[in-house]
Amino acid sequence: MTPFTQHRGVALPLLRDNIDTDAIIPSREMRTVSRSGLAPGLFAPWRYLDPDARTLNPEFALNQAEYRAASILLAGDNFGCGSSREHAVWALMESGFRAIIAPSFATIFRNNALRNGLLTVALEQHDLDELVGWVTVDPAAHMIQLDLEACSIEFDPERDKKVFSVDPTARDMLLKGLDEIGLTEQSMDLVVRFEEQDQARRPWAYLPSD
Amino acid sequence: MGTTLFDKLWQEHEVTTLSERQSLLYVDRIFLHERTGSVALNSLLEKQRSVRRREHAFCTMDHIVDTLPGRGDDTLMPSGRDFIVATRHAAHETGIQLFDIADADQGIVHVISPELGIALPGLSLICPDSHTCTLGGLGALAWGVGSTEAEHALATSTLRVTRPQTMRVSFAGLLGEGVSAKDLVLFTIRELSASGGAGYAIEFAGPAIDALPVEARLTLCNMTTELSAFTGLIAPDQKVFDYCADRRYAPQGQLWDQAAQHWQSLRSDEDAAFDQEHSFDIGSLKPQLSWGTSPQHCVDWDDAIPHVRDAPDAASSAAWQRAQDYMGVTPGSQLSDYALDAAFIGSCTNSRLSDLQLAAAYLVRTGHKVAKGVKALCVPGSGQVKRAAEAEGLDDIFRNAGFEWREPGCSMCFFAGGESFGKGVRVASTTNRNFEGRQGLGVRTHIASPLTVVASACAGHLVADTVA
Repeated sequence: MTPFTQHRGVALPLLRDNIDTDAIIPSREMRTVSRSGLAPGLFAPWRYLDPDARTLNPEFALNQAEYRAASILLAGDNFGCGSSREHAVWALMESGFRAIIAPSFATIFRNNALRNGLLTVALEQHDLDELVGWVTVDPAAHMIQLDLEACSIEFDPERDKKVFSVDPTARDMLLKGLDEIGLTEQSMDLVVRFEEQDQARRPWAYLPSD
Repeated sequence: MGTTLFDKLWQEHEVTTLSERQSLLYVDRIFLHERTGSVALNSLLEKQRSVRRREHAFCTMDHIVDTLPGRGDDTLMPSGRDFIVATRHAAHETGIQLFDIADADQGIVHVISPELGIALPGLSLICPDSHTCTLGGLGALAWGVGSTEAEHALATSTLRVTRPQTMRVSFAGLLGEGVSAKDLVLFTIRELSASGGAGYAIEFAGPAIDALPVEARLTLCNMTTELSAFTGLIAPDQKVFDYCADRRYAPQGQLWDQAAQHWQSLRSDEDAAFDQEHSFDIGSLKPQLSWGTSPQHCVDWDDAIPHVRDAPDAASSAAWQRAQDYMGVTPGSQLSDYALDAAFIGSCTNSRLSDLQLAAAYLVRTGHKVAKGVKALCVPGSGQVKRAAEAEGLDDIFRNAGFEWREPGCSMCFFAGGESFGKGVRVASTTNRNFEGRQGLGVRTHIASPLTVVASACAGHLVADTVA
């Protein structure tokens, strides 16, 4: 997994509530059995006037010159709701996004993001509004700096940094870029011990292992 | 103080605590499908890891597979075949049980897992699919994950899980005639909002829940993901035990007795405290219909579509405006003002035998046929459902009324690039999501119960069956 320590970049405001994973990457854009090749499908229904012909929708911010290099997404409440497809995270990362800032996130999306090194920051609406106000004045020049060590967001030099809270376990995973499976594999003796006790308690839960 | 059902299930599966809020949980069953499971299996194979307990892992073909009669590996979706072939190969390589296209038990993952006794009360079950919460209807601890977490569970039989808070939603009163679990869950989402369950495991309780048949409980819990909840749960009772008995992967003999005894303890203690509680009297609940592009955009079927000016805040107001533009509906009008182009009965929400029986009974009782110009589909959730329905003659009832009768699968619940209804088409659908483009680019989805969908298909416009 890609570690996340600090990131400075252009932020793209997409301030709709309940942006679902079908909007982030529609099922029809998941064309191969792979975690890659998904960037062109990102936000396809909004980004293209005709998704099949890939005709760009000039109204959509991601298609505007000042947001081309966007790597931070500022979004509405309950971002990533709907389908569990991890492709939503892969499509965002392949398109260069490193962090999403929103008032809240859907649980599965947030879990998927964490396991791929995509930072999700939950921020109060009024704090988010301040970031949006700063960014929209001059998106390319008014960048945002995220620091996961300090849990801070630096934006307008004339204002205080925003501080965010993040689950300590998640923070540790992101900072170190930990592979969760490898981590759990070190505790397999605990799993074996659990199974021995559990099988005595819930024998019916274990199927024969042919 | 007592313990909630969720906390009991959590404790039973806790291998160790990892931090204040995170635990390593034991995963009893893993189910995969060709859409997202294929990626998890491939990734596992690439890293030369194996499935730790392959007897506890299962896979089905439901998301991409065609539902047209005479289907094979080819699908209308470009590259659909690749997913099917890759999944079959990976299932074979890892040695897990696959319910392949031609298998008599193939079907939608959340329909076949209870049907085969793979999901049981008290088991933990994960699937890289958000609707895994369906199985909470049996009293299983079941939740949706991504492909990476599925891979973790395959390799280690565990997951590192952040503990959600607990919520109880209690329903007083009993559902009226013609009002179903689908209406109940749409009403709940409308009341609590699409993010109202975020961070919570929700237990449904009360007289209305006790009275629900098992399949209706699955429908209710299925849509707890539309509340953004971790999962939904209902304490298992005798109805559930009877439902599970003698299913293929359910325990038999002495093991069954031990299981049944254990399951008696799976209920929240009288004095258990929840982090959040809600209660609703649903005695006079009306059939629900969605008007917008989020499952929370619902009204009583005969209510007016709300005005943007009445939205609770600016963000909702913008969302309502977008939704009304997309759906082509006008505030103040009723949904029955809108002509229908298509009707869909199916999906992990409403494709079980009882759903099809309800819809077919309407056709028999009224003698109505699908209105001219309406494309109507009925897609049974599994091979077992299909055969049971055909044994009762339901297929003939649907066909004679003008419905297509399909092979089992997720079908047009979403648009994978194969079949779609077409741009601007208005669909009454028993599915779970009315998101923009969910059923295809520009498709306008109105979610409702099977009874409302069949009545609407016959009327040619959105309407509830109020005679029932």
